[in-house]
Amino acid sequence: MRVGFLHSLIRKDEKLLLEAFKAIPNVELVMLDDRKLTFDLAATPDVDVILERSINHSRAMHTLHLYEALGVRCVNTYDVSRICGDKLLTSVALKAHGIAQPEVRVAFTETSALDAIEEVGYPVVLKPAVGSWGRLLSKVNDRDAAESLLEHKTVLGSYHHSIFYIQKYVDKAGGRDIRSFVVGDDCIAAIYRTSPHWITNTARGAVATGCPVTPEIAEISLAAAEAVGGGVVAIDLFETPDGLQVNEVNYTMEFKNSIDTTGVDIPQHIAAYAAAATS
Amino acid sequence: MSASCPVCDVDVELADDTVEGELIECEDCGSELEVVNLDPPEIAEAPEAEEDWGE
Repeated sequence: MRVGFLHSLIRKDEKLLLEAFKAIPNVELVMLDDRKLTFDLAATPDVDVILERSINHSRAMHTLHLYEALGVRCVNTYDVSRICGDKLLTSVALKAHGIAQPEVRVAFTETSALDAIEEVGYPVVLKPAVGSWGRLLSKVNDRDAAESLLEHKTVLGSYHHSIFYIQKYVDKAGGRDIRSFVVGDDCIAAIYRTSPHWITNTARGAVATGCPVTPEIAEISLAAAEAVGGGVVAIDLFETPDGLQVNEVNYTMEFKNSIDTTGVDIPQHIAAYAAAATS
Repeated sequence: MSASCPVCDVDVELADDTVEGELIECEDCGSELEVVNLDPPEIAEAPEAEEDWGE
């Protein structure tokens, strides 16, 4: 089987995946650097399956679309990348599947966004619909901050920043959230991410510790994965007095700091899942 | 196998299993670098993060 390894930079996560693939018999890796690819829409594909590990969301999404159009099975699929790469689309998918999530509003102008924020009540979190690693998240505590942030986003940002994704702020119990890892039909592992800061991305310095995969975590994680189309995804969960809520679903999951923490060989699970997928 | 750090010019050793596109760090100056070629070995400063980078 020829496995196309779609990538840009090779980080520690990708290196671990490459090692995992090498341990699987009959897998031939084909390295596909998204910075060097050109596409002929009439081409015959030379790979049986794609594992997507691009660092750029837009390149990943479009490349998956192009390969799927050629009949190649992709992990994850174009639809999963499209939905997970856009928080607005993720929220819609979660809502359609009846999965608990923080209260969300969407607006497109400063005035309507301010109205939406005041409807939800302070504090809220403003997020770019497309973005990651906790970048450009804003916790808005009052009307003064809201007016200022909305004006800055409108004046200084590209049009993407005037798609206002507004989420009710969730006060994290113990300063932590949960990240769970789903591969196919299994929730294989989970970690707590703890930080004194309200942003708990490990990319922003949060500390990862082991979290047992309880039936509740497994249930909501698998349901969230199914809602976005399934495959290999990482789910960010909030613990609330009303139970777990899904914050985000990530489709090019980063796991390098979670292997020792959980004792689970996450890249082995991902490589085995991708190698078992067929065109 | 080694290549010259484009920032501090020190020789950076590359492991045998290094692949093109791999991110490495210069142990001397701490710069984040990308292996852009293996034959001959060549490294460059890693690209800056873009707006749609991430998970």
